[in-house]
Amino acid sequence: MPNSKRHQGHDAALIATVAVVVAALSILPMFRLSLEIIAPQGRFSTIALQSALSSSATWIATWHSLQVGIGGTLLAVILGTSVALLVSLTDIRLRSAFVLLFVAPLLIAPQVTALAWLQLFGPASPFLKLIGLAPPLGSPNPLYSTEGIILLLGVQYAPLVFLIVRAGLRKLPRELVEAGLSSGAGKWMVLRTIILPLMTPSIIGATALAFVSCVGNFGIPAFLGIPANYLVLPTLIYQRLAGAGPSALSEVAVLSMLIGIIAMAGIFAQDYAARRRDYRIVSTSLPAAPFALGRARIMVEVLIWLLILLMLVLPLLGLLLTALVPAYGVPLNVQTATLANFKFILFEHGSASRAFANSIGLALAAAAFAVLLAVPLGYLITWRKRWWTKFLNLSAELPYALPGVVLAIASLLLFLKPMPVVGLQIYNTIWIILYAYLARFLVLALRPTITGLHQIDRALEEAAQVAGAGLMRRMRTIIFPLVAPATLAGGVLIFMTAFSELTVSALLWASGSETIGVVIFSFEQGGDSSYAAAISVLVVAITFILMLTTNMFSRHLPSGVLPWRD
Amino acid sequence: MAGLKINNVTKHFSDFAALSDVTLDIADGEFVAVLGPSGCGKTTLLRLVAGFEQLDKGEIVIGGKMMSGGRANVPPENRKVGIVFQNYALWPHMNVAENVGYSLKVAKVDRATREKRIEEALALVNLQGFGERRPANLSGGQRQRVALARCLVAAPSLVLFDEPLANLDVHLRASMEDEFAAFHKRTGTTIIYITHDQAEAMALADRIAVLDHGRLAQFATPRTLYEEPANEMVASFIAQGMVLPAEILSGAREGFCQVRILGQEAVLRCRPDEIARNDAKVCVRADDLDVVETGGIAIRVKRSIYRGGGSRIEAFPVERPDIDLHFDLPDPARLEEGAETRLAIRTGWVIPQAEGAGH
Repeated sequence: MPNSKRHQGHDAALIATVAVVVAALSILPMFRLSLEIIAPQGRFSTIALQSALSSSATWIATWHSLQVGIGGTLLAVILGTSVALLVSLTDIRLRSAFVLLFVAPLLIAPQVTALAWLQLFGPASPFLKLIGLAPPLGSPNPLYSTEGIILLLGVQYAPLVFLIVRAGLRKLPRELVEAGLSSGAGKWMVLRTIILPLMTPSIIGATALAFVSCVGNFGIPAFLGIPANYLVLPTLIYQRLAGAGPSALSEVAVLSMLIGIIAMAGIFAQDYAARRRDYRIVSTSLPAAPFALGRARIMVEVLIWLLILLMLVLPLLGLLLTALVPAYGVPLNVQTATLANFKFILFEHGSASRAFANSIGLALAAAAFAVLLAVPLGYLITWRKRWWTKFLNLSAELPYALPGVVLAIASLLLFLKPMPVVGLQIYNTIWIILYAYLARFLVLALRPTITGLHQIDRALEEAAQVAGAGLMRRMRTIIFPLVAPATLAGGVLIFMTAFSELTVSALLWASGSETIGVVIFSFEQGGDSSYAAAISVLVVAITFILMLTTNMFSRHLPSGVLPWRD
Repeated sequence: MAGLKINNVTKHFSDFAALSDVTLDIADGEFVAVLGPSGCGKTTLLRLVAGFEQLDKGEIVIGGKMMSGGRANVPPENRKVGIVFQNYALWPHMNVAENVGYSLKVAKVDRATREKRIEEALALVNLQGFGERRPANLSGGQRQRVALARCLVAAPSLVLFDEPLANLDVHLRASMEDEFAAFHKRTGTTIIYITHDQAEAMALADRIAVLDHGRLAQFATPRTLYEEPANEMVASFIAQGMVLPAEILSGAREGFCQVRILGQEAVLRCRPDEIARNDAKVCVRADDLDVVETGGIAIRVKRSIYRGGGSRIEAFPVERPDIDLHFDLPDPARLEEGAETRLAIRTGWVIPQAEGAGH
């Protein structure tokens, strides 16, 4: 039957294509990185390993990474969990507005967060000058410290913890809470003995994710740590590469492996902790009725909105004011405020305006590619389950689960020399950044696609099949249209993340392929905070516009796809 | 249009035998219901015929063409079977006309012909003028009819119905049953109709295949199933038959034989080859039992359930408390819990000894 052969051919072609692409984006770079560690520059040798591991800088940076990783995680978990409990279990008002704003720091690039806080507290802070509290010029910024880094990591990733714990609380069946209450337990008792124990898996999972994010973070320790000569592993790698160039690659490969090991240790610890007890919730039902806070409600509301003011509004205000200042240290008032910084970065500074074009192009390309690949990949993982499809899923998750530095180093190693056979050279071009973005962000479109497919009845595809439609046609006319809203929402998330990305591009950029993240970083390192702030203000504005625009389409999306949508 | 042959089909899901050695020979144009309790393998059978699952042993032949078995495994898109899904499976992103015309578009039928055939198909299910509507804006019955139109527009050789009435309310069921019967009469298509509802199967099907734990228990006309169940499973499954131990006193004579049930003698219908034996089982239904003053079997009432116009009485023989009996008692007669009375068996069926499917 030639016809049936053709259809089976399509099946095999789809599976093969998807598998090859995923392997090229995930397994290949990780394999190349491991190879470099055991056989630097193609020869088996332990010299790179020894020199990296015997350097005291390595161990100081490792210690620092653990310090800020654990500190930042603790802060994020405490803050995120408390807010999640308050928002989910009590009758506070304006919940969705609050969630939107509380989650925002997660979508703002870490280096922008760092810059904003620096502008708020620095001696040149236009805000502190406005209220007359600025320390004298020349005095150190209090954020250039371990505590500063921990504080900002906590602020950056508290929303991450919040989202995971909140999702867990939404699944908590109300009968379990009501059974506790009707057994005579008070609200605190129920919280302590029923709700928190049942939330353990969510909290542990969130802790692991926050830890991986904290140790992998580059933007915050780069902005806050480098000036104080406080290096963590990602910033140490950056400095080594910036100083010695590709010759240091073998050594930084070892360093990136160290971060990878620390991050994986976090994930395994989570796995171990989650297995020790059975926390499975068997029934599903409506979420629990909120606890009435009574007279305390207004106080709690004031408190959490103060938190928004502190975590989001004031730093962004600091950023905006700095962007309006004509020069460092000049007090800001109606006469001195200027838009010259915006004009400069948009039209006058070559690499800044180029960076906007680069970042928009990269973000669009990464989002479009991920959307196109996520649908067939998600389809294979959910609807065509085989023993090997879960490896596809794991492979797609890996480049995102590991810190960005690891992927960046792996990409460098992979493309330092021209590609074999085709002889294409993408090192030092924008294409190597695109490759790393595709690898890193694919999973952000894949996850909502899988969620979406799980909510669609597979009979819809089978109906098309009995109508005679082959795989490619079903993909185009049935599967893609049905799951598109979820996948596209993932695409928007990728665009926002890639648009102001720094960790990967800081290690991969070259003259001509600057990204927005890199330009912000360069300006700030060169002392041009006003220009850095002006770019950051635009980035934040674009992020917020995208958030609000996609919100308008949230009706068509499976719940949980847009993180900022409550 | 085509007949369907299912020969010795076996399907395992890891350790679980979903279907074991099932054989059905369905004639061209026949309406066959596949009936059984949930988990009996009827959905697996449908998915095998449609080509969504691959069989372990046996073969499936549609219209003389080998579809599954041996080396052949025709994918679903090339089998030319139609399916009416339980939850309709209408594509929400297409309107009614697009849903109905999808298979024609796949087959590259030109636009004018396509529109004409969509119109005809919608007219057949009384949905003229609904082409522009979205499935979301239709009632349950209308969605079912769109699914029917979508299925028949491609003129399939074989139509599979997967519990199509399970999601409809009682009133709609009756009218959709009429609709399906009319559909079958009009098109003459071979239909395989999966259901767990006996009344539905009895009302619609030419023949019914009863499945039990993946095995074919009996494949026969509705009347035969009811009157002459081939084994205990069918006897107790169809119309709540009571299976009672009995002793056959004389071999079959003109379709009847003399039996002794719980001490009472009666004349029951039986197969012509029935012989005298004492390990027989008989099938008796509530209608076959009469309350009598003398003779019969002494029973004690366990429970009386008012059913409007009469009561369903659950009881047990005084001598054999382990056997459950039930019968209907029309008003104004009443029997309370614990009351004793006597039952006579008017008629019944001797279940044949040999395990066998079909006749």
